[in-house]
Amino acid sequence: MVPIAYYLILSGILFACGVTGFLIKRNIISIFMSIELMLNGVNLSFVAFAAQWHALSGQIFVFFVMVVAAAEAAVGLAIIIAVYRTRETLNIDQVDLLKL
Amino acid sequence: MTHLIVFLLFGALCVAGAVNLLVQRHPINSALSLVVVMGSLAVEYLLLGAEFVAAVQVIVYAGAIMVLFVFVIMLLNAGEEEHTKGSRVALLFGIPGILVASVLIGWVLIERTGSHLLWAGALPGAPRTIGWLLFHNFLLPFEVTSILVLIAIMGAVVLASHPDADQGKKER
Amino acid sequence: MTPNLHLWLIPVLPLVGAAINGLFGKKFSRQAVAGVALCFSGAALIKVLTVAFTFSSLAKPHVEFLAPWIRSGNFQADFSFYLDQLSLVMLLVVTGVGFLIHIYSVGYIWEEGGFYRFFAYLNLFMFFMLTLVLASNYLLMFIGWEGVGLASYLLIGFWFTKDSAASAGKKAFIVNRIGDFGFLLALFLLIKHFGSLNFDQVFSSISPLSAETGGAGLLTAIGLLLMVGAAGKSAQIPLYVWLPDAMEGPTPVSALIHAATMVTAGVYMVSRSHVIFERAPMALTVVAIVGTLTALFAATIGITQTDIKKVLAYSTVSQLGYMFIACGVGAFSAAVFHLMTHAFFKGLLFLAAGSVIHAVSGEQDMRQMGGLRTKIPWTFWTMTIATFAIAGIPPFAGFFSKDEILWRAYQSSWVYWAIGLFTAFLTSFYMFRLWFMTFFGTYRGTAEDTHGDSSHGPDHGHGHGHGGIHESPWVMVGPLVVLAVLSVTGGWIGVPGSLGGDNRFEKFLSPVFHSSIAASGAESHGVATPPEKETESPEPQASHSKELIFTGISVFAGIFGFLLAWQLYYRDPQLPQKIAASLGGLYEAVVHKYYIDELYATLFVKPLIAGSALILWHGIDQNVIDASLDNSAHGANQVSDSARHMQSGNLRSYAGWVAAGAAAVIVYMIWTGTR
Repeated sequence: MVPIAYYLILSGILFACGVTGFLIKRNIISIFMSIELMLNGVNLSFVAFAAQWHALSGQIFVFFVMVVAAAEAAVGLAIIIAVYRTRETLNIDQVDLLKL
Repeated sequence: MTHLIVFLLFGALCVAGAVNLLVQRHPINSALSLVVVMGSLAVEYLLLGAEFVAAVQVIVYAGAIMVLFVFVIMLLNAGEEEHTKGSRVALLFGIPGILVASVLIGWVLIERTGSHLLWAGALPGAPRTIGWLLFHNFLLPFEVTSILVLIAIMGAVVLASHPDADQGKKER
Repeated sequence: MTPNLHLWLIPVLPLVGAAINGLFGKKFSRQAVAGVALCFSGAALIKVLTVAFTFSSLAKPHVEFLAPWIRSGNFQADFSFYLDQLSLVMLLVVTGVGFLIHIYSVGYIWEEGGFYRFFAYLNLFMFFMLTLVLASNYLLMFIGWEGVGLASYLLIGFWFTKDSAASAGKKAFIVNRIGDFGFLLALFLLIKHFGSLNFDQVFSSISPLSAETGGAGLLTAIGLLLMVGAAGKSAQIPLYVWLPDAMEGPTPVSALIHAATMVTAGVYMVSRSHVIFERAPMALTVVAIVGTLTALFAATIGITQTDIKKVLAYSTVSQLGYMFIACGVGAFSAAVFHLMTHAFFKGLLFLAAGSVIHAVSGEQDMRQMGGLRTKIPWTFWTMTIATFAIAGIPPFAGFFSKDEILWRAYQSSWVYWAIGLFTAFLTSFYMFRLWFMTFFGTYRGTAEDTHGDSSHGPDHGHGHGHGGIHESPWVMVGPLVVLAVLSVTGGWIGVPGSLGGDNRFEKFLSPVFHSSIAASGAESHGVATPPEKETESPEPQASHSKELIFTGISVFAGIFGFLLAWQLYYRDPQLPQKIAASLGGLYEAVVHKYYIDELYATLFVKPLIAGSALILWHGIDQNVIDASLDNSAHGANQVSDSARHMQSGNLRSYAGWVAAGAAAVIVYMIWTGTR
């Protein structure tokens, strides 16, 4: 018997780690992985609430989140490859052409 | 009781993996930590009875997406991170902000829902039931996401295609 | 059942003429412009004459409502017209003399540029003046009041490319404005205490009040403020300074506006408000004193001036002083009588002066004239008649009106009479001085020389150098003749009882002024019995003979002036210089108009300009208004300059902002959600 709060706290920790990684990391790929971490954290809370409310639509939603995450990862990595080809660097601080 | 111990064990594993992701400097290490996180999460899902989701988590997330990540890291020969001037804003505002927000959210959630207890396998999410729901209640989103994936595939192919192929076309 | 006479046509017809000439006149030929102007002002005259013919059958006063204007709570001011004997006299003077001057102007302005503009302004002036005279409430009168000031400004500055003309126009308007300020204050007081500006309501509210003694009180205040307005419009001390400068305008303008009509608006207004003044003896005294001082003051300046129009300008100021003396002693009908005769002879004097100037190709300095008697006979004879009229020689018009004023002044205080008599002597003197210098002796100027010799007088743009002194065309001489006839006969409707007449003019006006408290016991409302007869009934013979004595004295003053001028300017022309030299500084002061203009300049004008430049221009306009705009623009610039650093292209800072913002929103949601 685990209180649902524990699941939610775990989810929150994962999410916070994801945001922190997004803010700290310099490598674009690492940043992307932090995004995936955030998504996972959210998935966990969806499943937990689905269990609490006995609504399978929560798990369905997780399914869709994963699909979208997959699509996004594919496109994002393609972009990273394109950026690497032009800028020769994976350091996000050097991809700053869109400035005033 | 066992439920709690298993939960705590794999929860700790999740957190450790997440923190390791933050700490590691080489992206490949971060990727492998992320794989660990995915796996632990799959166990957590199982604890909640979401079998299908757990399976999909391992197959798609850990098995496909993370492999994709690893491939890209290999392709681009990503090395260790260099130290460059970061963003003061991110460090000053972002991290404390999110920490505060997370703590607050956590506190609220605990306040509100602390009493509810989940037992192991609380909501069995068998593939049959999930499938039935997908193709009856959630048919439209299902189809739309399949188109989304198609578009993503096309986008990825175009974006990552070799630039020489384009130049070759232009010369003609 | 009051018949609708369509009185509104009287002001509106000239307005239509002004609009047509103003908007389209530039494309018309001169004949068309003149035709339009004469047509509409003539139509106004005809309308006035038709009204005059049916006048006796109307109830007096005849009030005609045209359209509502201001209805605000209890306050109501409408476009309505007020016709009684006083306004009828004014209407006849304004339209009659105005029409004659229109005809004259056709000839005078024929060769000038801006022909259509002149007639548009002239018709516009007629519109405003007629509105002023016909208004049935003070507010509509004020519109006419302001409007004639505007028309005066436009016409004085007709040759606006000339600096002195433009400045003179400005001076006239600004000094007028100061008077208007007093007028406005009086209007405010009227609104506050009587709740209305309509003549009917105001006068019936004031009538039951008794005379204010001791000098303080509401009616005195109103009276004094109205007098300030009148002093501005009618060029009395201390606001007369604009009238001599106004001679920069074309001579017909000086004749119409600054002799016959606009400057008399002050007298009209005071007469119209006699109900107020009669109950404020202190205000009346002030009016009389101002009139007396002005009359004397202007006359002394007039005897030293060398510009023919300036002499006439100061003469106008002086004669207006006479009208105010009459008002001040309660003799309002005498004031209006003098107003009418003055319009005739002063208008004639100005028009004739214009004819003289036209003859000598633009010269205005009398020292350059002389001996013109034989060369411009029509002008000479008409001007002679006018000069005799203004000097008060019987049986010309000026004699009767001036004499009546002097007699009534004496009945109030001998001081007024004495100063008025001395001024009459001075008037006669300077007018005959003008007459002798212009028409007699030998010609001292140069306009008789070669053909191409254009004007060398003040370059007021009128010289046309077709050499030789010539009489003016008939279009200019005609009005001179008509006005001369009026100057001779105009006084005969006011022959006083002492000389055998029955003063029909005063009888005609008495229903207007019948509410005089100063009148004798048995007042008759609406019945045309002159109060004079009442006072005279106990001893008609004695006061008649006394009046005859005074009449004789004033005639003698006029003759003495003539003799003195004859001596100084005909028989012994060197004498004036010797006298002037011996008087030295005093003479210099008088010639320079007692340095009043310079005094005003140092006291008011220069500090005002300096203050405006310092405070209003630099202080407020530049440092506050401009600065606030500049600074707000500069500030906006700075804000955006600092804000643009947000878009650094650095993804992590973007992410940081997003995270911080999301955190803030979440915190807020939790905060409001959990309370």
